[in-house]
Amino acid sequence: MTQPAALTIDQTDSALVFAFSGHLDAGGIAGVWETACRRIKKTEGPALAIDLSGITYFDTAGAAFIAHLDRMAQGRNWEKTDITGLDPDSFSLLERIREKHSEPVQDTAPSGGALRTFVENKGRFLDDFLYDARTFIAFLGEIFWAFVSSLLHPGRIRWGETLRVAERAGANALPIVALISFIVGLVMAFQSAIPMKMFGAEIYVANLIGLAMVRELGPLMTAIVLAGRSASAFAAEIGTMKINEEIDALTVMGLEPVRFLILPRVIASTLMTPLLTIFAILVGILGGAVVVLSLGHPFVAYYNQVVGFVSWEDFVGGIIKCFVFGILIAATGCIRGYQTSQGPSAVGDAATRAVVSSIILIAVFDGIFSILYYALGV
Amino acid sequence: MEDLSFDIRKGEIFVILGGSGCGKSTVLKHMIGLLPPISGRVLINEQDMVTATGKSRIRLLRQIGVAFQNSALFGSMTVLENITLPLKEYTLLPEDAVNTIARAKLGLVDLAGKGHLIPGELSGGMKKRAAIARAIALDPAIVFLDEPSAGLDPLTSAEIDLLIMDLARTLGITFVIVTHELESIFTIADTVIMLEKDTKGIIARGNPKDLKADPANAYAYQFFNRKPKRDKKP
Repeated sequence: MTQPAALTIDQTDSALVFAFSGHLDAGGIAGVWETACRRIKKTEGPALAIDLSGITYFDTAGAAFIAHLDRMAQGRNWEKTDITGLDPDSFSLLERIREKHSEPVQDTAPSGGALRTFVENKGRFLDDFLYDARTFIAFLGEIFWAFVSSLLHPGRIRWGETLRVAERAGANALPIVALISFIVGLVMAFQSAIPMKMFGAEIYVANLIGLAMVRELGPLMTAIVLAGRSASAFAAEIGTMKINEEIDALTVMGLEPVRFLILPRVIASTLMTPLLTIFAILVGILGGAVVVLSLGHPFVAYYNQVVGFVSWEDFVGGIIKCFVFGILIAATGCIRGYQTSQGPSAVGDAATRAVVSSIILIAVFDGIFSILYYALGV
Repeated sequence: MEDLSFDIRKGEIFVILGGSGCGKSTVLKHMIGLLPPISGRVLINEQDMVTATGKSRIRLLRQIGVAFQNSALFGSMTVLENITLPLKEYTLLPEDAVNTIARAKLGLVDLAGKGHLIPGELSGGMKKRAAIARAIALDPAIVFLDEPSAGLDPLTSAEIDLLIMDLARTLGITFVIVTHELESIFTIADTVIMLEKDTKGIIARGNPKDLKADPANAYAYQFFNRKPKRDKKP
């Protein structure tokens, strides 16, 4: 059982004298560490004397403590510390600790002023952001190049893998896309019907739902669902492969990881996103129809309003966005997986980053498309 | 394993060896309390690890340190944090004291100044050293090492051997090591016990150099002299 160490302090003209007794181990020194350190900080010197004749146990923790006190004293330019009362074995342990011990060096982050830390953090963030953007663009370029070269040699595309990914990322996502779209259509119709009814214009809910689902909400909601579902899955898959050195294995076998792993995912995602979006649009419009029917309007009136108001340009404009969203989702998922580092949380981090980055990129590109369509008069 | 009984003297480097699948790691798991044996006792300083529960088990566990085969460092923490973890959990030391002691341990395993790295940034040999530093964080009486040289190049493996001998001499720690690296065994072991799958127990015990020179125990002789069974000559 650990016996707490006891400390007696005496200040003479020639030295600050610490006399320890009891166990000088990790358990024993807890009660005397701060007292001893504080006293050295408050004392002007000129030397430290440590009497260890009263101790009954001494291990590396005790040796680290004594070495620490000695370094504190030396750091204040005191005279050489006089350490007495140690048996030869314990003294050689102390010497060993002193000899091998290094001061913090880089064990802890360098401390600086708050302003400096703030500037450093912002600078690091900007540097990381620029590096990330450069890497992403370079990666997109690689994918594009792999895609073009695969178009010239379609047999090199792993169609089996592409279909498998398409099934998982596309077909298997139908229920969640249907649920989200139906609820969005229903809620939007319900919320807009209340004020429109005040003006006797509730049939125009059909116009609102049709246009919103086709141009914006269908593509956007589908893309966000896929970002949460597929981008994270791609990042986790590729991240795990990277940690298991499977990507290195592919590379040393002469198989390009971009063509072998990433291209099937990008092709599948690019083709599945528009298909899922068309499905989402139809289900969303159906959700709106439920509300309009409940207000007493026939389905044919709702149908005619939607078809008469939504143009082919709106539809094509919405679908073009989906192709871009599909590429962004797959590329972001894959690149985040590719960037997976080491450690137990690495794959989880990669998946999280994939989802966050995908959603940010989807939002940014949706904004760009809105401006572009406005400028083009679509 | 059946009918397994052995004593380990304080301060010795004790090696458990045997062929693949003979149960070395299982015996180690029994000794460190990870796997209770079907019957029997594991006494550490006269206290039974198998039946110990609650605080008495914690007291026993504080007397031992373990470095696993794959180092088992916590990947989300820095090396320094890996070593400070047991100190923070088991002592009331202030933060700077914990860090100072942990750095002293890093110095002892020649990893001074590497505390800020995460385990993923360390080489295989450095990971082994860091795992040993964590194992000795609380100055245990006994340190168990599972395959400390596995996957290391001969030079790094020899450095780990030197480190073990150095720590045993300097700190008076008893080392219990599971390995089948013959070079290491001849260098560091005071005593070995050799386990064998067929006999389900100890087939030889003693000093490795003596066992190597003694043809009376055929299996141990073949093992230490790297002579496969098809070699008829003793």
